[in-house]
Amino acid sequence: MNMTAPHAGLSRRSFLKLGAAAGGGLLIELNLPGARALAADAGGFAPNAFIRIGRDGVVTLVMHKVEMGQGTYTAIPQLIAEELDVPLEAVKLEHAPPDPKYAEPLIGAQITGGSTSIRGAWKPMREAGATARVLLVQAAAKKWNADAATLTTRDGTVIDAAGGRRANYGELVDVAATLPVPATVTLKDPKDFRLVGKPVRRIDAAGKVNGSARFGIDVVLPGMKIATVAASPVFGGTLASVDEAAALKVRGVRHVVKLDNAVAVVADNMWAAKQGLASCSPRWNDGTHAKLDTAQIFAQLERSSEGPGAIAHKAGDADAAMKSGARRIDAVYRQPMLAHATMEPINCTVELKADGLDVWVGTQVPGIAQAVAAQTAGLKPEQVRIHNHLLGGGFGRRLEVDFIAQAVAIGKQVRGPVKIVWSREEDIQHDMYRPPYLDRISAALDAKGMPVAWTHRVAGSSIMARFFPPAFKDGVDPDAVDGAVELPYAIPAMRVEYQQVEPPAVPTAFWRGVGPTRNGFVVEGFIDELAAAAGQDPVAYRRALIKDARTRAVLDLAAQKSGWGTPLKTTAGSRAGRGVALMHVFGSYIAQVAEVEVNADNEVRVRRVTCVIDCGFAVNPLTVVAQMEGGIMFGLTAALWNEITLADGRVQQSNFHDVRMMRMNEAPQIDVHIVPSAESPGGVGEPGTSVAIPAVVNAVFAATGQRVRTLPISGQLRSA
Amino acid sequence: MATINLNGRDVAVDLPDDTPLLWALRDGLNMTGTKFGCGIAMCGACTVHVDGQATRSCVTPLSAVKGKKITTVESVGEAKVGAAVQAAWQKLDVVQCGYCQSGQIMSATALLASNPKPTDADIDAAMSGNVCRCATYVRIRAAIHEAAKSLA
Repeated sequence: MNMTAPHAGLSRRSFLKLGAAAGGGLLIELNLPGARALAADAGGFAPNAFIRIGRDGVVTLVMHKVEMGQGTYTAIPQLIAEELDVPLEAVKLEHAPPDPKYAEPLIGAQITGGSTSIRGAWKPMREAGATARVLLVQAAAKKWNADAATLTTRDGTVIDAAGGRRANYGELVDVAATLPVPATVTLKDPKDFRLVGKPVRRIDAAGKVNGSARFGIDVVLPGMKIATVAASPVFGGTLASVDEAAALKVRGVRHVVKLDNAVAVVADNMWAAKQGLASCSPRWNDGTHAKLDTAQIFAQLERSSEGPGAIAHKAGDADAAMKSGARRIDAVYRQPMLAHATMEPINCTVELKADGLDVWVGTQVPGIAQAVAAQTAGLKPEQVRIHNHLLGGGFGRRLEVDFIAQAVAIGKQVRGPVKIVWSREEDIQHDMYRPPYLDRISAALDAKGMPVAWTHRVAGSSIMARFFPPAFKDGVDPDAVDGAVELPYAIPAMRVEYQQVEPPAVPTAFWRGVGPTRNGFVVEGFIDELAAAAGQDPVAYRRALIKDARTRAVLDLAAQKSGWGTPLKTTAGSRAGRGVALMHVFGSYIAQVAEVEVNADNEVRVRRVTCVIDCGFAVNPLTVVAQMEGGIMFGLTAALWNEITLADGRVQQSNFHDVRMMRMNEAPQIDVHIVPSAESPGGVGEPGTSVAIPAVVNAVFAATGQRVRTLPISGQLRSA
Repeated sequence: MATINLNGRDVAVDLPDDTPLLWALRDGLNMTGTKFGCGIAMCGACTVHVDGQATRSCVTPLSAVKGKKITTVESVGEAKVGAAVQAAWQKLDVVQCGYCQSGQIMSATALLASNPKPTDADIDAAMSGNVCRCATYVRIRAAIHEAAKSLA
């Protein structure tokens, strides 16, 4: 996600501060660069991360990021433990409360998203660990009257080999807290790393295999009620009436809560709440969108995108170059609405008390959650306590706070704590969706088939304009065109435009891979079209256009490891093919080759995906591979099958019977190769998804000769 | 008032007989290891064992489990197969968000208890009812083979 703020270039002086921790021990306050530049400019020190080392030697990081499966709760402790010389198990995490000081440095807000976590933490967290280590060594030197240079550290202990002395960090923290911050610290040479760059297993695994891990939905409070909700099935509709008496007849139902656009049934348990909701026959005022359907939304995109958009990128004179080419190729690409479908259904628990509001939830945005809860409750933000939890999947859905506002509105009408849990049907039909997009793209080829001109008009909803308005400038949403501008290919004349087209009433949101995942499909699909038009091999064609060595390296390795160009096995009646795609997004370089088989019924099976990623220094290779495996299948699921459609203003899909998920029997073999690199880390949570979609579309073309320009692939193919 | 045999103990549940076992566990007994995913037996997040069989608790009413032995993820590790599955899951770093993994562990344990050396096809058949949105399937498959090896 392109929300990155420029680095503020803070001096080391403002970066760290020491103090005694409450209850004893060393407290290191860090100022991660970027996020609090304003406070620092004003001369103040505004820490936005905290590491405590207790007298028991336990290292506690108040964690500014959330864990939603991406492995951050393992990788960030690795960075600290490495430089501090403690075992990974010695680092404990606390969920940070909402506070601007916990902002993600690359974004400038307290957000976990955009594949930013490791990119933002890479240097500051190691420096914090190294600083603490130096202080503990100096404390030991002072205590022993020894030369600090002769002391070493290992596993949370300072060692004086010559003097035969050892001290645990816990014994040294009170002295360390009184020392001045060292002016400089030296980070370890990567060749000496014990943890960073090693395949370290996740620290959150034990609780996730024995049922003890607590997600937001697992909150249990004394006297807590459970509520479930139905919102107006038509977007923008309102509640007209509800049969409260019928709901209250259900054993265990306590209240029926009416909101402007929804009804909630509050009960002793979810089953009673569901039955109560089913029996209360809500009637709705459908409002002005009662006839809205998917065809209208795409017709609007078609019409709007005929005219020019705001210029997002320009190089050379694309119009003149377009006329000069030997031939011209034009295409229109369409991408559907998509739901997030996190495995943990949407939920939020609230309790309004005399002294404020408590909110128990799993959210990617604790600060925004606090603000919206306060606004809904009519309180000040500081009167709202957000208790964050593990997230049972985020994918962008838990960047949104619509359900938190709704939960607070319900909670205001209920005495005591109430947990609001959406059914899966409510989740699918009241998601904030990945928006539908329509792209018009054209290229002119020279006599040899190489592109001399490229124009690309991206049309669709701007999530950024709503979510982060400062980033939306001069009509351009930088996320909407991320992956469409700054292509890895040398094309002499280019113009990329963006046109904001908001679908009526449909709420839109970020979705794993954000802009690059939409643009990857269009750009990498279209490059494949050009290669075919030129009669060239898709790998060779891309290779001839690639500008930089890191992109070329991932492509070459992907071609080699996938057996590109070697014969493919097919079963009787089916067609097989390989497709390639590559991108440089989220700070990483990635290439994939997908291998598909298309049967006589035009069903596509992805047999194998070869993925090569250069994500700079791979802090935890196990996590990088996991994010590739999962991210690829997340993309394949959408590419093959997923689309949310509207009829009569209502979402037509409702649960996993018609929102098809990839399953064990459909999961391809995935071979991930990490390119060794000493460069700063790139993101890994999203690029796997972005590249998988065009790779499989291009493989389908190789297998069938049919170019898919409208997703999902399912339903697009004609019989041979 | 129903009495169920849960994780080796008889437990009273003051809920109507038609209440799905999932909600009796989660909201009646505050045992939150068993997860709600879809409510229609399409995702497997709620899988428990009823007399050793992998069962979707979201569509299994209390009336259907009277007199039967119910095992949930909270105690599946007390038996050898469940412990081996949990150990393999950690050894191969299977989990991501982790929300579906209670159900994955229960389905995998039921598979290995009845079929100590499952083939890939056996794994497909036993595990395709369990959705993982993080798509940890590659590692789940490997971990089932790993658990089988460790039990051999």
